[in-house]
Amino acid sequence: MSEVLQGYQQKLVKAFKAETSEFAGEVTVLVPAEKIIEAARMIRDEFGFDFLVCITAVDYWPEEKPRFHVAYVFRSLSQGLTLQVRAPIPGINPSLASIESVYQNANWQEREVYDMFGIQFEGHSDLRRILMPADWQGHPQRKDYPLGYEEPQYTFNFDDIAARKPAPKE
Amino acid sequence: MGVEQKLGNMGVVTVKLEELVNWSRTNAMWPMLFGLACCAIEMMSAQSANHDMSRFGMELMRASPRQSDLMIVAGRVTRKMAPVLRRLYDQMPDPKWVIAMGDCASCGGVFNNYAVVQGVDEVVPVDVYVAGCPPRPEALIHGIVTLHEKVRGEKFKDWA
Amino acid sequence: MTQIQEVSLDEIRHLVSERAMTGETMLLNMGPQHPSTHGVLRLLLELDGETVVNCIPDIGFLHTGIEKNMESKTYQKAEVMTDRMDYMNTVGNNFTYCLAVEKLVGLDVPPRAQAIRVILAELTRIQSHLVWLGTAALDVAAMSVFLYCFREREQILDIMELVSGQRMMTTYIRPGGVWRDVPVEFEAAVRDFLKIIPKRIDEYEALLSKNPLFLDRCLGIGVISGEEAINRGLTGATLRASGPDYDLRKFAPYSGYEQYDFDVPTRTEGDVYARYLVRMEEMRQSIRIIEQAMAKLPLGPVRSNNYKFVPPPRSEIGTSMEALIHHFKLWTEGFNPPKGAVYAATESPRGELGCFLESDGGPKPYRVHFRTPSFDNLQVLPRLSQGHFVADLVAIIGSIDIVLGDIDR
Repeated sequence: MSEVLQGYQQKLVKAFKAETSEFAGEVTVLVPAEKIIEAARMIRDEFGFDFLVCITAVDYWPEEKPRFHVAYVFRSLSQGLTLQVRAPIPGINPSLASIESVYQNANWQEREVYDMFGIQFEGHSDLRRILMPADWQGHPQRKDYPLGYEEPQYTFNFDDIAARKPAPKE
Repeated sequence: MGVEQKLGNMGVVTVKLEELVNWSRTNAMWPMLFGLACCAIEMMSAQSANHDMSRFGMELMRASPRQSDLMIVAGRVTRKMAPVLRRLYDQMPDPKWVIAMGDCASCGGVFNNYAVVQGVDEVVPVDVYVAGCPPRPEALIHGIVTLHEKVRGEKFKDWA
Repeated sequence: MTQIQEVSLDEIRHLVSERAMTGETMLLNMGPQHPSTHGVLRLLLELDGETVVNCIPDIGFLHTGIEKNMESKTYQKAEVMTDRMDYMNTVGNNFTYCLAVEKLVGLDVPPRAQAIRVILAELTRIQSHLVWLGTAALDVAAMSVFLYCFREREQILDIMELVSGQRMMTTYIRPGGVWRDVPVEFEAAVRDFLKIIPKRIDEYEALLSKNPLFLDRCLGIGVISGEEAINRGLTGATLRASGPDYDLRKFAPYSGYEQYDFDVPTRTEGDVYARYLVRMEEMRQSIRIIEQAMAKLPLGPVRSNNYKFVPPPRSEIGTSMEALIHHFKLWTEGFNPPKGAVYAATESPRGELGCFLESDGGPKPYRVHFRTPSFDNLQVLPRLSQGHFVADLVAIIGSIDIVLGDIDR
């Protein structure tokens, strides 16, 4: 790990009581959820991480507190550094401040997380479903959402399944 | 082509109406320009110089369903896309045919999950299934030739 | 399921201008079945006459649930799904996923496998750019380029078929190396291709670069500045046409890209024509990389010999009990990487393709997420198309080179 990155990490720990960890040469900083927007500002303006790579979430169901981790990957093009930030949030009414005002491409990224995990982003300009149809029930990438496995048709059960499979009108 | 030599100079051809209509349908079947996923790229390859689908009277891909006879469902059909696909099918004028190109369109392929329709035959009636992930352009052309055979065998009394 | 879902105007009130409410401007639906949206992209356009006032993309018509589906398979089996994601960059998807898995378990890849990976990834880049060139030129009404581009693309697909047995969905790159060594004909096939392609690229440029009809459609259309492009998360040629020279092959070299001598082409205009020029130059640079990699293609194994994670060669299974056990364990149970999360990225033909992979210590990935370049690149379309004609919108969509499978996953 570079010394510069270590310095940034220390600053985040001091400012937000963050926890840090390192795995496979990558630094992850666990920032409290309510401070995420200040942290994002600090990361962009003070540290010079000008590029938001991605936002995603991880569901630790049936763990409840915290159930989700929202993971951010930031990158600094001039310094050549990558930083992962995570915000833990509980499973009941999960919500988080939107960082769309800091990084503009967070808009669709957060919409995707909302669509797939049902995490509300407060202050988002256009929080609608993005990938699934607007009337879809549930949030597919939560761990308690079934994959939706359908039984494959083989020769021995072909007729049974063909009988209950929906067939179109001509 | 070649007909003149066979008939001499008489200039008259006698044929059953059924056969004539079916023959003309097979040789001017206009597919709809409608690509969904990976298979659409192979469909484009089939159109391009090396495979040249126009040999089968198919050089004209129509972007509008109102002008096309054949729908090639090239790729996975998702739950969000399925109603759109059905509406496109309804907009096509009769007679119309459907080819399910590739494993995903035929049976869901490797994607057995919440988002993908397990076979486009749940949404529209399919005439020919082409296997492969994605099928080679040759396989698609084989599917089309198979469809031609089917069309040639259609009977007057079955026409609605 | 046969219901097309309707959205009332109130739900999208915040996205359209005031004038749409009074009916002064027109709302027009473009797609999901439209010849120039490159797939199943739906755009809701607010038009003032012929001018685009607002453009609201609606995606997800190809959402396949790949991320969720991968979580139910072991690490090796999940790889098959990645091919189908960005179907113009199939090798690159495998590549990204394998880099993430290798980072997770700490596997070393032998140099020969690394060089083969680079050659195939660059061939895929040329292939993808050829399809982009053909379809983007078709969008601005240049028909013949499409036929020429697909002719050359067939040759690349033949090479893919030679090494892997499949034209598009190769799954040739595996965690820890590649599936098997390249066949003896591989070198001749690549050299044949390298012999013809530079001339052909010149040919395409002769058809388009100074063609006044093409220039009229491209110059000064869809301009974005470099600073804004970074803030909006653009990557790939779309970003480099605006100035920044951000290319992951230089920024964070992977798989031995640091050994090769190549340039990252950039422009400063940031319009449709600049993106075209950058991609054309990128194809030439890819040829340079392939030439260098072919010249010093090292000999040796093509798979790591860490049999805890990589299946042993078939030849050993017949003679070694240990190899048989490893093989059996790997294909029934899979391997168990340590607990943790990694992010690995490669430069795909469209930009930064990243894989976020989290393991809980079990044989199946706990969370897989792909950061796909087209997703972020498409996001900028409303900004690029404002104030342009509908016909220019088609040129802009062509120039940012979207692949719907890449966006929706």
